[in-house]
Amino acid sequence: MTVKEIAQVLDAQWLCCEEEENRVIHTAFASDMMSDVLAYVQEDTLLLTGLVNDQSIRTAEMLDLPCVVYVRGKNPHKQTIDRATLLGMPALSTQYTMFEACGRLYAAGLSAVEIEELDGDVGL
Amino acid sequence: MIIKETYPVAADDMSVAGDVSASIKRQMKRLGIPNQIMRRVSVCTYEAEINLVIHSDGGEIDFAISEDEICVHVRDVGPGIPDLDKAMTEGFSTATSEVRNMGFGAGMGLPNMKRNADGFAITSEVGKGTDIVMTFNI
Ligand SMILES: Nc1ncnc2c1ncn2[C@@H]1O[C@H](COP(=O)(O)OP(=O)(O)OP(=O)(O)O)[C@@H](O)[C@H]1O
Ligand SMILES: [Mg+2]
Repeated sequence: MTVKEIAQVLDAQWLCCEEEENRVIHTAFASDMMSDVLAYVQEDTLLLTGLVNDQSIRTAEMLDLPCVVYVRGKNPHKQTIDRATLLGMPALSTQYTMFEACGRLYAAGLSAVEIEELDGDVGL
Repeated sequence: MIIKETYPVAADDMSVAGDVSASIKRQMKRLGIPNQIMRRVSVCTYEAEINLVIHSDGGEIDFAISEDEICVHVRDVGPGIPDLDKAMTEGFSTATSEVRNMGFGAGMGLPNMKRNADGFAITSEVGKGTDIVMTFNI
């Protein structure tokens, strides 16, 4: 799906970088925990989150994610949107809850990321 | 050595947490490091930087690129980790609820760093500090 289609499915409001509406996205990951995002997201994946601070965009920046969607009608702080703007990272805000936003996107064709078997042996 | 830089990281200031990792990422981009490697280095430096901010009394990150390797050396001045085995276990975290509200404290950082780096060595002494060396083959 393109970011434009994602915005339509979610009745979302553009927060920045609408000029990037033609980016194509196949997978999505939803979490308020950025360290889970950093651990599980490997490819160019849409991030859905209720976390509105700077770390949401910084996490997306580190992973080269193509787009961030804020759920439950949350609006990030201005400096967070400024950061996304500077990075050319499209950001959207939807009124839907996390569950509903995910359900709509899944029904519209986005897939989950494949969780690689985190090997249990991460000890020393 | 192509570049070697040292970045200070202050304790507790979550508003700038990630600035060092962003600078390091810009350097890698400028030098044309392949995306897959850049992403892994970025994840590791960012997790390490956040740990310095939320768990340590402050520290430094050395970032070095040589012909065939990227090296990220993270060290702090305390308080040190009492049980490294526990700290390396997925899900173990001593983070406060305040940190959790900012999206961190899942107990995923250290295991994720180990998984993403080609080489990972951690030592820690209570009262002295923690030292992590991560290497990435280019
Ligand atoms: N630099 C450090 N100084 C002191 N303690 C640390 C340091 N780094 C990690 N720890 C300890 O090890 C635990 C596990 O660290 P880890 O990075 O895996 O998880 P976390 O930081 O708690 O959560 P997450 O990384 O998922 O946001 C921490 O909760 C903390 O108790
Ligand atoms: Mg951590």
